[in-house]
Parts: sequence; structure tokens; C-alpha cells
Amino acid sequence: MSKLVLKNVAKRYGAFEAVSDFSLELTPGEFVSLLGPSGCGKTTTLRMIAGFMPPSAGTIVMDGREISSPSGVVPPEHRRMSMIFQSYAIWPNMTVGENVGFGLQVRKLSRAEIDRRVDKILDVVQMRNLKGRYPAELSGGQQQRVALARAIVVEPEVLLLDEPLSNLDANLREEMRFEIRRLHDEFKITTVYVTHDQSEAMVTSDRIVVMNKGKIEQIDAPHVLYSRPRSRFVAGFIGRTNFLEGERQGSDVRFEGFTAVAGTLEGANGGGKLLYSLRPQAIGLSMQKTGGVGLAVEAEIADRSYLGEYWDYQVRPLGAAKALRVSTGPNAVFEVGSRVWLEIDPAAMVRVE
Amino acid sequence: MAIAAPAIDTAPPRPRRAANFDSTWILWIAIIAVLLFLVVSPFVYLVVTSFQAEDTGVFTLMNYATAYGRARYIDALLNSLKLGAAAAALAGLFAVPLAWAVARTDMPAPGLTRMLVLATFITPPYTGAVAWILLAGPNAGWLNRFYMLATGAEAGPFNIYSFTGLAIVIALYSFPYIFIFTTAALELVSSEMEDAANILGAGPWRTMRRVTLPLALPAILGGLIICFLEAIALFGSPAMIAIPARFNVVTTQLFQFFGNPVRVEVAAAYAMPLLGVTVLLVLVQRLITRRKGFVALTGKGGERRPILLGRWRWAMFGYAMIVASLAVFLPYIFLVQSAFAKAWGRGFALDNVSLDNFRFVLFEHATAAQSVINSFLYAGASATIAVFLTLGVAYIAARRLVPFGGVLGFLCVAPFVIPGVVLAIGFYAAYAPPTLALYGTALILILAFTTRFLPVGYVNASAAIRSLNPEMEEAVRVLGGSRLTALRRVVAPLLKRNLLGAWLLIFIPATRELSSAIFLYGPSTKVASVMIFDMSEEGNFERLAALALILQVLTLPLLWIGQKALGRDFMLRRNAT
Repeated sequence: MSKLVLKNVAKRYGAFEAVSDFSLELTPGEFVSLLGPSGCGKTTTLRMIAGFMPPSAGTIVMDGREISSPSGVVPPEHRRMSMIFQSYAIWPNMTVGENVGFGLQVRKLSRAEIDRRVDKILDVVQMRNLKGRYPAELSGGQQQRVALARAIVVEPEVLLLDEPLSNLDANLREEMRFEIRRLHDEFKITTVYVTHDQSEAMVTSDRIVVMNKGKIEQIDAPHVLYSRPRSRFVAGFIGRTNFLEGERQGSDVRFEGFTAVAGTLEGANGGGKLLYSLRPQAIGLSMQKTGGVGLAVEAEIADRSYLGEYWDYQVRPLGAAKALRVSTGPNAVFEVGSRVWLEIDPAAMVRVE
Repeated sequence: MAIAAPAIDTAPPRPRRAANFDSTWILWIAIIAVLLFLVVSPFVYLVVTSFQAEDTGVFTLMNYATAYGRARYIDALLNSLKLGAAAAALAGLFAVPLAWAVARTDMPAPGLTRMLVLATFITPPYTGAVAWILLAGPNAGWLNRFYMLATGAEAGPFNIYSFTGLAIVIALYSFPYIFIFTTAALELVSSEMEDAANILGAGPWRTMRRVTLPLALPAILGGLIICFLEAIALFGSPAMIAIPARFNVVTTQLFQFFGNPVRVEVAAAYAMPLLGVTVLLVLVQRLITRRKGFVALTGKGGERRPILLGRWRWAMFGYAMIVASLAVFLPYIFLVQSAFAKAWGRGFALDNVSLDNFRFVLFEHATAAQSVINSFLYAGASATIAVFLTLGVAYIAARRLVPFGGVLGFLCVAPFVIPGVVLAIGFYAAYAPPTLALYGTALILILAFTTRFLPVGYVNASAAIRSLNPEMEEAVRVLGGSRLTALRRVVAPLLKRNLLGAWLLIFIPATRELSSAIFLYGPSTKVASVMIFDMSEEGNFERLAALALILQVLTLPLLWIGQKALGRDFMLRRNAT
């Protein structure tokens, strides 16, 4: 049975539709991210799941019980979920221990039991020694750990995270990503994670829901999203890519600067205009024409930037107006203006809407 | 390692069937009812009563004909406007240089100046007026006597019983409003803004004229308007000074309409211009401070360096001390002298010193001691009600718990435009008639004080609530706590200080409130301010001074608590007014 089911959920503010027709099923223990630019409706969706706002349409069902519908909402305190907020929302009037123990206290556990569980979870997040401190004395990363401990210690049915890492500095953010995934692997709590950072979503999630303008663009595992984006938006939002516009002509599809056989391309059965996404690192770049499987296209280096881990080249196929982005290893050095050969594998080209 | 925990057995109930009704709604409905009772109903009654015939209650315009039917009634209206303008202008003269010196220059001892402004601020205007009667009463006033002593003249030049005298006394005790507004604005003008003008070639004088002053101007104008409104709404000082000087202002005229027999209908009709002018000017004030001042008032302070005045810093300090002498030193010296004197006119001679006045006021007078207790009880009750009520409303409005929460907030700040005397007439019209028959009870005074100070409470409460991230409460709820748990465990502890501050900001002025009390008190509910006013009519200046000093001394511990909890300047911040 699914743990959490969102069925055709929508949220409208007057004429503005913040979330429309959102459907998603989570299996028990699954980690799903809602990913999209700010204003895409991901936080609104999360807050509907938490019970802070009713949906305008659709239902939310947990363990087979309806917990949200336009006609009524089980209040957040009766949902047995927990949530980590963007601001952490650590209560400054309580110590670390009191913060973490709060949910257990509300559940009326005995003093001794609360202590035992608080100590245990503080061990897990390596904060045991700071149990008596007040939040104002903690660093951002430590507050984040308190928030995690506080949310997990109550063993929630569903754990919700709202951009939890956006207030941390870059290094800490990377560390905490793995920490969150580690805790998930340890406790197997069904989790919904909201973020606008694609690498955060990729590191942590079993599946990612990409959202744009209130609508779901695609739901898939991280590697599928990257390799098989279904829409122009997803291809552009997850990683860098080249968009290639082609036109079917007989058994060929003509692109700017080269032509591919329709049969070798995905989804090229129809006629008319076709849009493909091609990742910069899927394009080969060399001085000589190679005998590989791909199409060989003669081109010129238009511009380049060196980013340490790789080169980012702008390469213009001869006769084309638009340059393609091509990534190579740090040792593949080509001068601007030099003639080169591109190798484009039609199988790496992904048809997008 | 995993926490091998058994499922939490005493967890909150399994998800119940979704419910729309939240029990907290009952609380919100109660708040709305209370606001209707405190704010809307007195106002409605005020307007309705002004159109009702005294005995029959049928619709009539006669009250207006009576209220504006005599030249001297119209004169009183005009006098009020003139008085407001004169007092505001004088107050500006006192306040703006002081504010600039304290906020932006290296004038010596700015802390002392601030302290003296605070001392002025907590001196009730009627106490100041009494002190100035002692100082500048014709013939017997101390300033006149010193003048005669020094020059050998037959009579002194000072006469407090005049329009000018009244304007000066009012200005002396309302200039702190302008001071508060102006320092607040100037403290937000960063030195960088001035540096930017300097680097483009403007000298210090031009910089002040083109940059600093324009940035503070909206705040100064706002303060002037508040002073004007304070002056026209004031009852105590005009009653003590204008009546002997044989001219009337709106408030004293209203008091006469309220004398035997009580003509509340005429009073209501006569109160309308005062209400109208106040509403209008408050709107103007909001407009001014919102428009131009906005950038300066919200910008980050940035680094601020005091302007070096050189030799002028002592001149500036001298000016501050002159203002302080007029508002604090001289009045208190002679209040104290009077309070400890057998007869104040006999001066500082040792055989004139006595504690009889204090003994009389505290132990022998039939109602004086009780009046002080009443003042503190009523002020305490209304401050408590107002703080919790406005906190509730601010919370509802900020968290959008009910539709039209903003309307509730508006109701809380609306009394700001209702002068105390007008409010009292509204309360009289609404709650004196037999249905509730509250006239003269402690309850009507407490409720009127509550309404009067709701705006102060609301401004502070909503600022406090806005400083709280709602996620703090959402975190409680998501972990299984109810909204009330969130209020009790998180919101209340975090707002403790703010609530204490708001409580004091209401309590302290409420202990001195005269203009609404004078219309509503009964024989057993006399408050200290009314007592002082009565004594001034009897000419009992020694005993009056003793009572006034007792009231001031009792305030000091409260001030001390406020300063400990909220910082030295807690009463001189903008949300204090």
C-alpha cells in the first residue's frame, strides 16, 4: 500500500493557480524531492501535505485515510508528521535537549523515556555534548542538526523538509546533504524534500518531482531525469544542455550544421519540427575526424572557459549560426578559432517537448 | 545504529476525519465582541446621541444649533486651534535642536539630556501646569518675585494666566513627542549619506540643509502634528490656566456642557470638530511619514559618526539645560518646596518645612490616598486587558486566522484619533444610561482607559508578533502541539519582554490619565489625576504638590523595571507614543 497519496491536488489564490493537478504516490520509506525554481509551487505543495493549508481541489491520503480535501483538513498536530523548516524554527527559549524532547513531551512519554530517546538521537547527530546549550550559542550547522534530531526523534509517519539547507554555506550544505541521506537510510522514514538545488535533490532522493509554474514536469529517478528528460524545462533545469532544433525531410532530420538519419533518432517518426536535448559531455571533440559511431561534424572553436575540473567550449559547426556547448576533460586544450571535429551520437540525443 | 524503539504508544490520535471547525474560533469571536464594545459602540453612540433630543430621543439638529449658537462657543474652537499651533511651534523649537544634538553631534552628556527629556515625558501636563502656576503666577509666582527682588519693580512681567502662558506650559510637556520622532529619524540617517553629499562638494551646512534635514523632516512634521493634537485634546492644563485667564478652549467648553445639568447631547455635537480635526491630521501625519521619510526610516543605519561642533558643543549643551530647567529643574524645585512647606509663599525658610502635607494626603484626607490606589488599580487592570487583547488581535491579524483580521487591527488603532474627552463622552453616551448604568463605576474607567491605550498596545504587540517567524509555531504543530500549546510554550515565552514593555507603556500614562477620567469618575472612583485637579480648584497647592510628587515617586520603580528589561530608552522609542 502506498504511504502517502496526493490525488489531483490543486491550490488556487483567486485566479492564480499556485499548484495544479498534482498527483504523486509515495511508497513506505521512499525519499522524494520536489524540485523547481522559486515560485513553482513546491513549498505550497509541502504545506498542503503538512496540513497548514487546505487544497482547493483534490485529496491527500495517508495510510489509506483521507487527511486533506477542500472540505476539511486534519490539523498538522494530528498528522503524526514532522517537518524541518527553512529557518530551522529552533525555539530560542528552550535548550537543545528541550527542543528535541518537545515532541515526545507532547506525546506524554515519561521523563526517563524522553531523556533516553533524546540522548540517543543527539548521539546520532553528534550533538550530545551540546544538550544543555541554548540555540543562540549554536552555529548554523549545529542548529540544522538540532532541527533534524527534533524531527526524527518522534518517529514521524512522514518527514517533510522545506529547503532545509538554503541558509548554510556551500561546504556545510554539501556535508548536510549526505547527512540527511544517511539518516534516511538509517530510519527509513518516508520523506518529502523541497529544494531548488538540483544537486541536493540528486544526492538525497529516490525519485525527483520536477515542478514548473505549479505543474509537474516529470517524476523520475535522478539518473533517468538527467539522461531522459521529457521536456525542454527539465532538460534545461537539470544540468546543462544543448537544444537542437531539427526538421524532418524525407528519411533524414536536418539540424543546423548536420543531418541525422531519422531511424537513428528517438521519436523522429512524425514530421515537422523536432526538439532534441544533447548534453555537452555527450559530444566528442577532436582535431582529427574519428571513426566512431557518431556523426562527424566539422566545426570551429568560438569561445572557451576553463573551470578546473573541465573545459567548457563553445563550438560552432561550419555553416551554423548557433554554437554548441561541449565539455571536455581539463587536458583537452583547443585554441579559439581552430578547426575541430565534433562527434555526435544520435542515440545520446533526447527528444523533448 | 538504529533506535530500536517500539512504536510510540501514547502518540496523538490517529488522523481523524478532517474537521473545519477550530475551537480557537470561540476566542476570536469573543475578541471581536470586546472590540465592538470598547471601540465601535462608544463611537456610534457619540454620533447618534449628537442627533437626539435630550428627553425624547427623537432625531434633531437642535444640539448642533445649541453647540454652535453662541459666539463664545465658536471662539473656544478657534482658541483651541490657535493654542495647538502655538504649542506645536514652541515644542518644535524646544525639541528639534535637542534631538539633532543628541542624535548627531558630540554635544556633551547626551545621556543626561535624554534622561531629562524622559523626566519631562513622565511629568503629567497638569502637574507641570501647577508647577508653572507656582513659578509664574502674577505677583506671587517665584519668577515674578525674583524679578521684583532683582529690579525693585512693583510687579513682575510673567503671567501664566494667559494664552502665551498656556501655550508655553503645554509645549514644555509635549515636546518629547517631537524629540522621539526626530531622534528616531536622525539615528537612521547614516553618515554615508552625508559623506556622499560631502564628496560631491557640499559643505556641512549645505549637507544638513539638503540631506539630513529633508530626511528627518517628515518625522519632525509628524511630531509637530502629534503635539498639535495633544494640545487641542488636553483638558487639565487649560482648565487650570485658561479658565482663570477668562478664555475657553474646546475641552473646557465641553466640560461646561457636562456640568450640571449634564447636556451630553450638546457635548457630543460640540465634540465633532475636535474629532474631525484629529482624524484629518492623523491621516496627514501618516501620509507624510509614509511617503518621503520611508527610505530613511527603513534603510540600514550604516556607520554613524557624530558631527563635531567644536566650541558650539557647549552652547548646544547650554540650550539643552535651559529647556531642561524650564521643563524639569524649576518646576520640580518649587513643587518639592511647596510639598514640604506649611505655606508655599513663605519660601525656603527652615521653619516653613513640614511633612504635614504628606501626612494629610496619605492619612487624613477622605479620598486622596484611595485615589492613588484607584489610579494604580485601574491602570493595572486596563494595561493588562489592553495588552492581552491587542496581542490576540495582532496574532490573529498577522497569522491571517480569520478573514478581515486587518479590520480588527484597525479597530485597535482607531482610538488613536479619538481625543480622551471625546472618548469619555462616547462612553458616557453608550454606557451611562440605565441599560448598563456604568457611570461612576470602576468598570467604566477601566474600559475607557483600555480603549484609550489600545493603540499603544497594538503597535507594540504587532511589532512583537511580526518579529516572530511563524515557522516557530508551525514546528510546534507539526510535532503534535495545538495552536494553544504553541502560544503557551513558544510565543508567550518569546514575547515576555515585549509584553512587559507594552504593559508599562500603557500603565504609566494610565496612572495619570485625566481627560477621560474627569467625565466618568464617581464619588468612590476618584483617581489621583482628578484629585489633583480638584485640589487645584481649591487652591491647595501644598497638598496638591505632595500628592503629585507621590504619584511621580511611585512611577520610578516601574521605570526602573522597564529600563532593566527593555533598555534605557524604552519610553523614548517611537512605538511608545
